[in-house]
Amino acid sequence: MDRLLEILFTTDFAYSIFRVTTPILFAALGALISNRAGIVNIGLEGIMLTSALTGVLISAYTGSAWIGLIGAAAGGMLIAAILAFFTLELKTDIILGGIAINAFASGGTVFILYLLTGEKGTSSTLASKMLPNVDIPLIQDIPYLGLIVSGHHVLTYLSIAAAVLVYFLLKRTPLGLQIRAVGENPEAAQSVGVRVKRIRYIALVLSGLFASLGGAFMSMGYLSQFTRDMTAGRGWIALAAESMGRSTAVGTTLTSFLFGFAQALSNALQLLKIPSELIQTVPYLTTVIGLVIYAWRQTKKSQKGG
Amino acid sequence: MFKLKYFELFRTLAVVLIALLLTMLFIALISEQKIETMRIFLTEPLSSKSHIGNVIEMAIPLMFTGLAMALLFRMNLFNLGAEGIFFFSGLVAAAIGIQTGLSPFIHPVLAIAAGGIVGALIAFIPGFLKARLNANELVTSLMFNSILLGVGLYILNYYMRDASAYTTSSYKIASSAQLVRIIPGTRVHIGLLIVLVFIALAYIFVYKTRWGYELRMTGANREFAEYSGIKTGRVIIYVHLIAGFTAGIGGSVEVLGMHPRFDWVALPGYGFDGALVAMLAKNGPLAVVGSAFFLAYIRVGAEMMARYSDVPAEMLAVIQSAILLLVSADQFLKFLKNRMLLKEAEKNG
Repeated sequence: MDRLLEILFTTDFAYSIFRVTTPILFAALGALISNRAGIVNIGLEGIMLTSALTGVLISAYTGSAWIGLIGAAAGGMLIAAILAFFTLELKTDIILGGIAINAFASGGTVFILYLLTGEKGTSSTLASKMLPNVDIPLIQDIPYLGLIVSGHHVLTYLSIAAAVLVYFLLKRTPLGLQIRAVGENPEAAQSVGVRVKRIRYIALVLSGLFASLGGAFMSMGYLSQFTRDMTAGRGWIALAAESMGRSTAVGTTLTSFLFGFAQALSNALQLLKIPSELIQTVPYLTTVIGLVIYAWRQTKKSQKGG
Repeated sequence: MFKLKYFELFRTLAVVLIALLLTMLFIALISEQKIETMRIFLTEPLSSKSHIGNVIEMAIPLMFTGLAMALLFRMNLFNLGAEGIFFFSGLVAAAIGIQTGLSPFIHPVLAIAAGGIVGALIAFIPGFLKARLNANELVTSLMFNSILLGVGLYILNYYMRDASAYTTSSYKIASSAQLVRIIPGTRVHIGLLIVLVFIALAYIFVYKTRWGYELRMTGANREFAEYSGIKTGRVIIYVHLIAGFTAGIGGSVEVLGMHPRFDWVALPGYGFDGALVAMLAKNGPLAVVGSAFFLAYIRVGAEMMARYSDVPAEMLAVIQSAILLLVSADQFLKFLKNRMLLKEAEKNG
C-alpha cells in the first residue's frame, strides 16, 4: 500500500494521466458530436485504428510529421464519410455500419500494411515521424506543476483545446444548435428548415476528425509506429465516457479524465503485481452502474409524472 | 421476370456476387499469379476431405452466434453481447473441462450446460435493464463485452494458467471433456449436430409457438404488441435468455471441440461475425445455416489463399465489411424493387 501511494503521488503519475487520457478524450468528443446529432457511432475504434495507420504511412512517405497528421485526419474523415454515406443514403443501420467499419479497420489495416511493407505486425520498417512534445514557457519552470502540465505531446494540448472548442460549438454556434436540434427531434428540425441529412453528414465527419486525432496520437506520440490493433478498445472506452458524461462536453471531458486516471492506475499497478485485468474493467463497470442509476431515476420520474 | 417476393433473396445474392467480384478484383491487383490465386480461393476449400472439414468446423461457431444475433435482431434489439458471452462461456466450459475424473459422457455435458447457463445469466442483465428500466441494451452489452474480457483474463491468468505452456493458455482440457469427432479424417465434432438441433428448435419456437408469435409481434412493433396484450417486457427478457444461452453453448462447444487448451487472450470475434451471419440470413433461423456456411467457405478460402499464395488472409476483412454494409443497406437496389412494384401495379390495374 505504501508503494502504491508512493507511485500515485509522483509527478510522473500525474503526467501520465494526461498522456493516456489524450486518445480517449479525442474519441469521446467524436462520440459526443455524432451522438448529439442522433447517431451512435460505434465505429470510433475502427476510425482511430485506420487513421493511426494513415498517419504513419503519410509521414513516412513525405518525411513530415505534420503532413502525416493531416493524412491521419483525412483517413479518419474519409472512413466516417463512407459510414455516413451508407447510413444516410443507403439506410444501412448505423450499428451494423459501425461493426463493419471496425471489422474493416482491424483486418484492413494489416492488409494495407502488408501490401506496402511486407510486414503484418508493425510498421517498424517504415521511417515514420513523430509529432513533437511542447514545453510551455514559464510554466515549465514552476516546481512540480511544470513537470505535470508542461512537456506534453502537442496533441495532448490539442485534445484539451478540442474539448473547449466542442463545448462552444455545441452551446454557442448555429451549427451546434442545428446538431442538437437534429439529435433531439429530426422531424421538428426538418420542419423549421434544418437540413437534417446535411447536419448529420457534418456531425459524423467531425466525429471522424476527432477520433482520427486520437488515432494519430497513438501511432505518432504514444508509440512511434503502427502496430496491429493498437487502439486496444479505446474507442469503446470513449463511448463509455460519452455515455457516462451524459452527452455533455463538460461531463464527457471529466469522465474521459476519470477513465484516463483508471488506465494510468492500471499501468502503474502492473508494477506492483496487482491484477491489472480487473482494474481495466473499472471504466466499463462504472458506466454500467451510471447508466442503471440514470435509467432507474428516469423511470421513477416518468412514473411519478404519469 | 421474377416475382417480387424473391426480391430479398435476389438482393442478398447480388451482395454475395459483388463481394466475390471485389475479391477477384483485389486478387487481380495484388497477386503475381492471379489465376492460380483465384483458383485457390474459390476451389481449395472443396479440394480435399480435410478442407471440407475445415469449412464445417468454421461454420459451427458462426451458426451459434448467427442464431443468437438473429433472435435479438428480429426483436429489433441491438444487443452485441454475444461476443463477450461466447468468450466467457468458453472459459467456463474450459474451467470444467480441465478437471479430471469425470466420465466421458457426463463431463462435456456438464461443461457445455454450465457455459450455456452462464451465458443466459449474463444476457439476462442487459435484457432486464432494457425491459424494466429502458436502459440502452447496445451500450450495456458493449460494456459487458469488455468487462467479461477483463474478468475472463483474470481468471485465466490467476487460476487456470499452465505455467509450463509456451503461450498464455489454460491447462490441457481433459480428454474426457473433448467433443467426439463425427467425421473421420476431419476435426468436425458433435457440435455440428448440437447446433443443427438448436436451429431446428429455434425455427419451431419462432414460427410454431405462442412465445415465438409474441416475439415476432413485439419485434415488428413493440407498442402495438403491448396494446394487443402482449407483455413485451417479458418477451424482451426471454429472448435475451435464449440468445445468451445459445451464444454460451456456442462458446463452450467451440472450446471443447476445437481447442486442446483455452487460449483466447482477446475477444474471438465470433459474436460480431454473428451479426453478419444474421443479416445475410435476414434473421431467419434456417437461413442462418446457409449464410454461416457461405462465410465459413470464404474464410477457409482466404486461409488457403494466405497459405499457398502471396495474398494475405486479412483481405477478407475488407470483403466482409463490404458485405455487411451492403446487405444491411435498405436502399441498395431499392430502385429495382420500386420498378417491379410499378410494373406489377400496372399489370393488375
